[in-house]
Amino acid sequence: MAGPTDALAKNSSAPPRLELRGVTKRFPGVLANDNVSLTVKPGEVHALLGENGAGKSTLVKMIYGILAPDAGEVLWNGQPVKIPNPRAARKLGVGMVFQHFSLFEALTVLENIALGLDSKASQRELEAEIRRVLDLYGLKLDPKRIVSTLSVGERQRIEIVRALLLNPSLLIMDEPTSVLTPQEVEQLFETLRKLAAGGCSILYISHKLHEIIALCDVATILRGGKFVAECDPKKETSKSMAELMIGANLKEIARPAGRAFGEEKFAARGLSLAKHGDFGVALRDISFSVRAGEILGVAGVAGNGQNEFMESLSGETLAATPDAIVMAGAPIGRFGPTERRARGLCAVPEERNGHAAVGDFTLAENGELTARRRMGFMQGGLINASRASAYADKVIKTFAVKALGPRSTAGSLSGGNLQKFIMGREILQEPTALVVSQPTWGVDAGAAGAIRQAIVDLAGRGCAVIVVSQDLDELLEFCDSLVVINLGSLSRVMKVGEVSIEEIGLLMGGVHGDPEATVVMTEHLHAHPI
Amino acid sequence: MRIRFEKRREPSKLMQAVTPVVAVLLTMVIGAVIFEAIGYDGPRAVKEIFFTPITASYKWPDVARRAAPLILIALGLCMGNRAKVWNIGAEGQYIVGALAGAGVAYFTENLQGPWIIPLMVLAGIAGGALWAAIPAFLKTRYRVNEILSSLMLVYVALQLLNYLVTGPWKDPNGHNFPQSAPFTQWQSLPKMLWGTPFPPGLFIAFLLSVVFWIVMSRSEFGLGVRVVGEAPKAAKYAGYDADDMIWRTLLISGGMAGLAGVLEAATQGGQLNLGFPSGYGFTAIIVSFLGRLHPLGAVVAGIVLAITYVGGQVAQTVVHVPNATAGIFQAMMLFLILASDVLVRRRIRIVRPQPSAQPAVQVAGSAM
Repeated sequence: MAGPTDALAKNSSAPPRLELRGVTKRFPGVLANDNVSLTVKPGEVHALLGENGAGKSTLVKMIYGILAPDAGEVLWNGQPVKIPNPRAARKLGVGMVFQHFSLFEALTVLENIALGLDSKASQRELEAEIRRVLDLYGLKLDPKRIVSTLSVGERQRIEIVRALLLNPSLLIMDEPTSVLTPQEVEQLFETLRKLAAGGCSILYISHKLHEIIALCDVATILRGGKFVAECDPKKETSKSMAELMIGANLKEIARPAGRAFGEEKFAARGLSLAKHGDFGVALRDISFSVRAGEILGVAGVAGNGQNEFMESLSGETLAATPDAIVMAGAPIGRFGPTERRARGLCAVPEERNGHAAVGDFTLAENGELTARRRMGFMQGGLINASRASAYADKVIKTFAVKALGPRSTAGSLSGGNLQKFIMGREILQEPTALVVSQPTWGVDAGAAGAIRQAIVDLAGRGCAVIVVSQDLDELLEFCDSLVVINLGSLSRVMKVGEVSIEEIGLLMGGVHGDPEATVVMTEHLHAHPI
Repeated sequence: MRIRFEKRREPSKLMQAVTPVVAVLLTMVIGAVIFEAIGYDGPRAVKEIFFTPITASYKWPDVARRAAPLILIALGLCMGNRAKVWNIGAEGQYIVGALAGAGVAYFTENLQGPWIIPLMVLAGIAGGALWAAIPAFLKTRYRVNEILSSLMLVYVALQLLNYLVTGPWKDPNGHNFPQSAPFTQWQSLPKMLWGTPFPPGLFIAFLLSVVFWIVMSRSEFGLGVRVVGEAPKAAKYAGYDADDMIWRTLLISGGMAGLAGVLEAATQGGQLNLGFPSGYGFTAIIVSFLGRLHPLGAVVAGIVLAITYVGGQVAQTVVHVPNATAGIFQAMMLFLILASDVLVRRRIRIVRPQPSAQPAVQVAGSAM
């Protein structure tokens, strides 16, 4: 990308917009940031790159005044400053768009923005101001819409507008694209480029390397809380940056070429589910089939029925008829999770804490949750504690889970380690079919690779695998076939390698939230099935 | 300098064991101060309430007789509270359990045989469970809050007792007193068993506490109770139906309260009268929490609460404290045990303000 940005970014006579010198932050038991230095020039799009737990969030929280550094200096336009709270940060000209939005679903866009402002302005003035900002950056958003009717991309625009209203000279974006479709990502990048051209510096946090190459002028790479390197992403490859990020050579997923699939192991036929609650999604006539050894990816933007889909496959929600879900030829639609598990269907829901595992329970007890019958813990009607403990120990050892042992509580494990334990708990049960949601969510790259490899190996042993994920790259990396879930409906099954990202993006609902465009798109898709 | 509560990585096992003891000790200290302040001999009152029932062996039968129903009811409540199914109406189930037992007695007045007592006990369990089935039905069918429905049914049970002992079941030879006919020898249990100062109910309570312990810690159902209270979504994922757990925990806790009621009537009362309701069903809530919702903890906590009942009476006669004294101490114990729970999950840290080393421009806006 060459743009007006470069002229400003290379203007070295002006002091840097933001400079961190030797910033250190310590939490009980962890050194989150160790002597980190960073320089952001005016009008520069600066990437902050690192794995989960590398210290990116801690660093920007100190810039935004949420945390105070234990040591080190923060300089703003060349002046040393202390930023005691976010209000002070905003006053300096620092804006931040968080990964998780804080919006009231039942209020309008305008009301949500008004609630987040430090100063009081009249509704009318505020609306005019919002429209001015929207126009200036070519953002599409209706201030009068109720938030619950908006897509995730539109919700993010609210947060961006909220930050832009303060005329920031540094905008921090924390993992902004994790919930966007490819088309929405492109729109976001347009906005950010315009902002940078106007002189606003952008600190862009991400671990998606191709985005950083497309968008950023400079990248600072953190690993384990320490500064590793500053580089020009245009001169690096995704692989070279990833290796800097992980500090090791990337392992490719090993999968035998030209694998043959066996017979159908798991299928849904016309599965429908009524909408539950105000913000639930109805499932509509879902049909698909997975063969032994096949990995089917389910792509889609969050909130399009993935949770409902998962729960009706795992048995937490029962189907209307037995033959809506078929496993190894047997109708199981009316069976609950225990009976489905007994027949060889294992599932891993998206949420680790409080759904797939219980934080206050030991790992052995968490093993009892799903493995008690399949792995033969039951003895004379009681759960044999030593067998449960031995199984948990086996999972810990096989999957290299960093835990003291089966008696550690699940809550004491890091997210990645707990995810490895949960995946291992299901995989070692040698299921006939495995349904997983977000298998590597919030897991560092090393662990994510191990989890994907374990899934591929399981499929290699003849298991039918269904992976629900919002991370399209992940799905394309290791799935055999792909479907897209949008507004509770599944697209047709596509073969990975034969389908383009643009097509998937369209199916994911690049126009989701805009009813008129949705109708047009739906008609288009029906007329020209991909 | 500030005091901060920091979240622990794991709930502290030590604190879990220590906080009930701390709560009891703090209750003694605060109680002594309060009673001293309002003009009684505070330390003496505490001594009479907490220590005399232990040191004076002639008080032991009295302690044992009160501990038995408290432990029995609390065992059921431990299970319910673990599942976060809040049965506040054990008192009502206790009364209905006793009424069901008395009903069997009413119809077997002229019969003899060792089968009558077991039948009464079974009827008592069934009566308590039936009374708890009402909140279970309302909760699972209409999502009615079980705290309210179970509590309100206590007052219905009281009226039922009132009606029966003043009406249909009134003792014809009772000089018009509101009481049932005295139980016959075939309808009664001994007040002390096997030469010990302990009533049969206490032995049953000890036995059942072990059964409950095994069920809670090792059975599939016990796992479900623990998961459903801790993480309802995980329970569903693990194959437990929330409504099913509501039914089972309420029926079990109701059945245990009914068992306590019928044993109390058959052992101590020898008949039913308006003085039968004792508040054990409410006090057992305190027992369950003081015992950390653990069946064996409930045994210890049941004895502690029984001591305060007996000691409260001693203190009334010796130190002339009011009738409500034991209740005040019991309530204080519940409050302190719940409040000290914060230490299980958090640790206290004293934070000193850090001296700022570098001269820095203070950004406008309030400093922390």
